[in-house]
Amino acid sequence: MASLNVNIKDLALKNPVMTASGTFGYGLEFADLMPLDGIGGIIVKGTTLKPREGNDYPRMAETASGMLNCVGLQNKGVDYFCEHIYPQIKDIDTNMIVNVSGSSPEDYAECAARIDALDKIPAIELNISCPNVKDGGMAFGVTCAGASAVVKAVRARYHKTLIVKLSPNVTAITEIAKAVEAEGADSVSLINTLMGMAIDIEKRKPLLSIKTGGLSGPAVKPVALRMVWQVAKAVKIPVIGLGGIACAKDAIEFLMAGATAIEIGTANFLDPTISIKVRDGINDWLDAHGCRSVQEIIGVID
Amino acid sequence: MKKYLLDLRVKSVERIHQRYVLIKLTDDQPLPDMLPGQFVEIRVDGSPSTFLRRPISINFVDKANNELWLLVAAVGDGTKKLAQLQAGDLLNCLLPLGNGFTLPQHQDEKILLVGGGVGVAPLLYMGAEMQRMGCEPTFLLGARTKADLLMLDIFNRYGRVYVTTEDGSEGEKGFVTNHSLLQKEQFTRIATCGPTPMMKAVAAYAAKAEVECEVSLENLMACGLGACLCCVEKTTEGNLCVCKDGPVFNIRKLLWQV
Repeated sequence: MASLNVNIKDLALKNPVMTASGTFGYGLEFADLMPLDGIGGIIVKGTTLKPREGNDYPRMAETASGMLNCVGLQNKGVDYFCEHIYPQIKDIDTNMIVNVSGSSPEDYAECAARIDALDKIPAIELNISCPNVKDGGMAFGVTCAGASAVVKAVRARYHKTLIVKLSPNVTAITEIAKAVEAEGADSVSLINTLMGMAIDIEKRKPLLSIKTGGLSGPAVKPVALRMVWQVAKAVKIPVIGLGGIACAKDAIEFLMAGATAIEIGTANFLDPTISIKVRDGINDWLDAHGCRSVQEIIGVID
Repeated sequence: MKKYLLDLRVKSVERIHQRYVLIKLTDDQPLPDMLPGQFVEIRVDGSPSTFLRRPISINFVDKANNELWLLVAAVGDGTKKLAQLQAGDLLNCLLPLGNGFTLPQHQDEKILLVGGGVGVAPLLYMGAEMQRMGCEPTFLLGARTKADLLMLDIFNRYGRVYVTTEDGSEGEKGFVTNHSLLQKEQFTRIATCGPTPMMKAVAAYAAKAEVECEVSLENLMACGLGACLCCVEKTTEGNLCVCKDGPVFNIRKLLWQV
């Protein structure tokens, strides 16, 4: 049994496997099916200062080896989260991390500050990369100035581990990563979904209500892996890798490319127990290759 | 209700119609408890274009034989692959999902179960459970033609069955909402599943007749667990997940214009 412990700055993870925001609810939805405390962290659904209804149906389209979604950050707002969700999840014995989104730097900062007050939430993941909302989200994540402004505002009011989730829909993701590192981000996670589209040729209409959506699933994995590798070389803070991870081999690729931890997203829909299987698969691979710790493989690719 | 991820064994696959197959699944262990109106998310192996699981409603649970029946319309790549399953194959099932129809609260309730096309599927289990509880169901089943009426012989075992066909080849001619039964008898509640236009017509009838009415929706979904928020329906409580808060909704909760 190899050591699977990793650290994201001050945040200790019992293993490098987490579940990605928007694909695992609040964890509770999966509690019948797998031990929630068996993974290193659960990143819960994107939370905003005010409630959001999200986009109209249809919000999803199946694609080759993946899916598009345009959910649009449907959530009941941070106050509802603090009052009603937090009491249900605070005793789950893993890192419960809240994904935070907003439509202005002030919104992000206020939302983050309210979560800062919750004892059992050790970190937030700042979503500056949602492709499905007009008023913010990815708008901040596609320029260095926008990304810096949000991170700066949040950093002033959030004192625990601050992870910033990056958009792949940019010209140079390494520049955005360096910009948020400079403003005090403790870690970056990447990639969020790639903007895409699908059309119903009989109806001559897009399949998604807002025409475009975010592509996820195995189809995006090579792109994600390349970006993780580039960013890991460009910044000193730990990188969290995600994008199409569906098995332990995929996860190990991300670790070798320089990710300190990984997130599993769309694969949770295909197998709700996949995160446990990935954890076990990483361990088995390390054992089979004589590695005593997962640290031995992180970032081995130059 | 506790959910399970199980590899169930295919006992038989029967083609009961050009487009429909009846798949009977079993397991060495007793199958989990399931409610009428709940559904199963099935992983489809060997169909490259089928990325996500496929939600299939629970057609019947044969407790004596430890069988779960699924009535599948083989319309897309994924469901066509399901139709090719062989006895002995394993099928990875996430179940039971969703809420289910409201069961009778007492034996005197007069509940009408209205189904169209493959939408008749969950009404069989609903009717069987009603009969077991001592409350005989009335079925009103619609199809295009006589040949498209599915499993009529089995429906007849559990209650009174009335039929409409669009071409008049069996039962009364027209749509289910045209059936004379609706003029003759008063029901305390209606549960319906089928094409959306049919369910909207049934909902309009129910609203006018002031009868409680539940409809079973089938919005496109991914996770089946209420996590991804893709399958939402607009309701009086905002966007709700069909997979978790449904698939069965009282029409009073929906924002349908009926």
